[in-house]
Amino acid sequence: MAYFKVEKLVKYFGGLAAVNGVTFEVSQGEIFGLIGPNGSGKTTTFNMISGYHRPTSGRVLYKEREIHNLPTHRICKLGIGRTFQVVKPLGRMSVFDNVIAAAFSRCNAMQEAREKALKAIEFCGLSSVKDVLARSLPIAGRKRLEITRAMATGPDLLLLDETAAGLNPTELLEAIDLIRKIRDSGTTIIIIEHIMHVIMTISDRIHAINFGQTIAEGTPQEVAQNKDVIEAYLGTDYA
Amino acid sequence: MDVFLQTLVAGILKGGLYALIGIGMTLIMGVMGIINLAHGQLMMVAMYITYVLHLAGVDPYISLFVAMPALFLLGCLIQRFLLNPLLKVDTILPENQVLMTVGIGMVLTEIIRFIFKSDYKSVSTGYSNATFFLGNISFSIALGISFIIAIAFTVAMFFFLIKTDIGRSIRATAQDKDAAVLMGVNTGRITIITFGLGSGLVAAAGCLLAPVYYVFPDIGGPFTARAFIITILGGLGSTVGAIFGGVTLGLAESFGATYISMDYENIIGMTIFVLVLLFLPGGFKRLTKI
Amino acid sequence: MKKKLVALLVLAVLAFFPLVVKDNYYRHLMILFLMWVVIGSAWNLIAGYTGQVSFGDAAFFGSGAYAAGLLSTHLQVSAWWGLAIGGFVAVAVGLPFGWICFRMRGAYFALATLALNEVLRHAATIAEGFTGGMVGILIMPSFVSKVPYYYVALALAAFSMLSIHWVVHAKPGYYFVSIREDQDAAESLGIDTHFYKMLSLGIAAFWTGVAGALYMNYMGFIDPEVVFSLHDISIMAILVGIVGGVGTVYGPMVGAFLMVTVQELFRSGFFGLLKYLAIVTGSDALGVLAEAVTGAHVLGFGILVVVVILVLPNGIVGDWPKIRKSVFRMKTAV
Repeated sequence: MAYFKVEKLVKYFGGLAAVNGVTFEVSQGEIFGLIGPNGSGKTTTFNMISGYHRPTSGRVLYKEREIHNLPTHRICKLGIGRTFQVVKPLGRMSVFDNVIAAAFSRCNAMQEAREKALKAIEFCGLSSVKDVLARSLPIAGRKRLEITRAMATGPDLLLLDETAAGLNPTELLEAIDLIRKIRDSGTTIIIIEHIMHVIMTISDRIHAINFGQTIAEGTPQEVAQNKDVIEAYLGTDYA
Repeated sequence: MDVFLQTLVAGILKGGLYALIGIGMTLIMGVMGIINLAHGQLMMVAMYITYVLHLAGVDPYISLFVAMPALFLLGCLIQRFLLNPLLKVDTILPENQVLMTVGIGMVLTEIIRFIFKSDYKSVSTGYSNATFFLGNISFSIALGISFIIAIAFTVAMFFFLIKTDIGRSIRATAQDKDAAVLMGVNTGRITIITFGLGSGLVAAAGCLLAPVYYVFPDIGGPFTARAFIITILGGLGSTVGAIFGGVTLGLAESFGATYISMDYENIIGMTIFVLVLLFLPGGFKRLTKI
Repeated sequence: MKKKLVALLVLAVLAFFPLVVKDNYYRHLMILFLMWVVIGSAWNLIAGYTGQVSFGDAAFFGSGAYAAGLLSTHLQVSAWWGLAIGGFVAVAVGLPFGWICFRMRGAYFALATLALNEVLRHAATIAEGFTGGMVGILIMPSFVSKVPYYYVALALAAFSMLSIHWVVHAKPGYYFVSIREDQDAAESLGIDTHFYKMLSLGIAAFWTGVAGALYMNYMGFIDPEVVFSLHDISIMAILVGIVGGVGTVYGPMVGAFLMVTVQELFRSGFFGLLKYLAIVTGSDALGVLAEAVTGAHVLGFGILVVVVILVLPNGIVGDWPKIRKSVFRMKTAV
């Protein structure tokens, strides 16, 4: 039985197929990379998994349960957390309050939520900016806040959407460390990433899509040598 | 059957005027993303301009050429000095621009009341109550003329939006403000022109309405309500939708008054509003994808 | 701790007020002030905290007032029961609208409340047999003295502020603000945004309805133009909310105090000062001005809306740091 599975997922926007028949399976405890050129349908896939878009057809199965018709907040409660490619900090709240709001998804008492939030903040290394307003954070901090918030909802499966984009080399290393640490703490991860170096280093398996369709799947090495993947990224001349 | 046809004709003629009101609102909605709750009040100001000119012996249709530029200017000033500055204001309130238009509407109404008092004025002309007959169906001449002029303005507006540089800039700003900025569109200037145009169009509607209606300070509110019902019916920001919305509201009011009761005029608009929210969120735009 | 002390101190001052001040005019103003604290706090919860601006608070206020009045005229039940029932009637009026409008983003809710306001005013006018139409509802006041009303109003103000304070400092409050800041992010954090918007609206409508019922009991007379008034109730509620401080617990109190004062300034022509000056100086111009000011309170409100949104978008409490800075700069410049 599959831990998490996406089956023949299709999404049309008007007459345009953003995702057209993508199927993949993720096993518990792995870091699963999702790659593809701009506009290939990665974020749309994420949006369907987390309930922002309804698939035109196809299914999303999480622990043997169909989830593609559930509203977003229900999916979060089931244990699927996500971050946004275009970060969405709750601007006029402090970092701490952002994370407390997230922690409330698993408890009702203030004290408990504060403790959970503190733990998540410490885990993700945001303690030094805990009381800063979220909108005054630099981009690296905002990306990290996205992860911290998602972690505070106590996810079993975490969807990371380009959390490394726009980071400098040092921040990149920190981000890779953090993602590994999250996996080691027992959370399964699906990650979208453009920076090849990052995704090749941390992923256990990679699924490549282009124009909404699967073009390759396998270990990082296999995918990196795949003719279609190289073509999609660099053009036919290099394939 | 005659009653039905008569009601139909009255509804469509009224709908033409409503379309003109709705297009002005829709333009503003599309470009600024806000509902202009001073729209009817701007029309009211135009009606008083018509009224004053009428006292001086000017025909309401001629006063179009005074009221429209005047309201265009007023609209530009409002956008430039009251609405655009709000973009830079850091506030928690998400609807502060809409709220601003409410305030503007109040100020306009009260200033007019201050000058002209609350009395009902009429701009009656020789053709105000004249009718002609087609079979058994009577057509109000004034409403007929205003219908034709309203259509002419609507068509002109379309050509303006499609053919001219400013029109294209307005459409670009409506579709994607950030992209328009990158393409070199001065969106600040475009919003000012758009609000001016919207005000000018509703001013035209005011001039056309004046001969067949009463003029009083509180006339703005109900027409603001109509304008926003039309806009919501048409789908926020859709010009073609606004025409359909205008005609639909005109018909609904006309049939409601004939077959239900005159008292429920305001409730009819409201019912449409709720029905659209329930069954057709996004309005006609959703059906036609215009 | 310090905040609690200040709150207790304010409460104590308010509790002793009618014992010290015997003048009915000032007692009357204070009752209005306390009523506006209730309405302003409620508006602030749904608009300031949850980010769903209500343009038609009079819909809830009027529902509460009419619930109390109709109870008394039709069922011969004391209008005081209206305090509880009026609140629930307002909730029953508000929630279906919220349920429809909250599914959509943008200004739908604001417009729908405005429309609701208008429709209820027309409905109350048309349904003469039931509501008395334009004539309105007149009930016998329970007390001659203003003191009992004062303490009821004070209790309601205190309870409404306490309940809202409690809500915004617990889980729902965090959820409300999250929704205001970013609805997509809120959904991803497991927040049922539709439900929590409804909750916020429910609480706000309840307290506004209670305030309406209080108004019915205190004034003894209502008609559609008064309690469903767009300017005197809906816009006033927004002004109370904004002037004091959007998204702050104590802002509405400051706002209510200032706005009731402003309203009274207009109504009384600066407490009769203008009229007095006109008589003393024998100046006709001043007399005309005095009349103009008393007649122009809607104009004044309109100008206030425009100015406040431009200059004090977060209210006196919310923009306090900004105000202090500019005042301080002026001092150093001198």
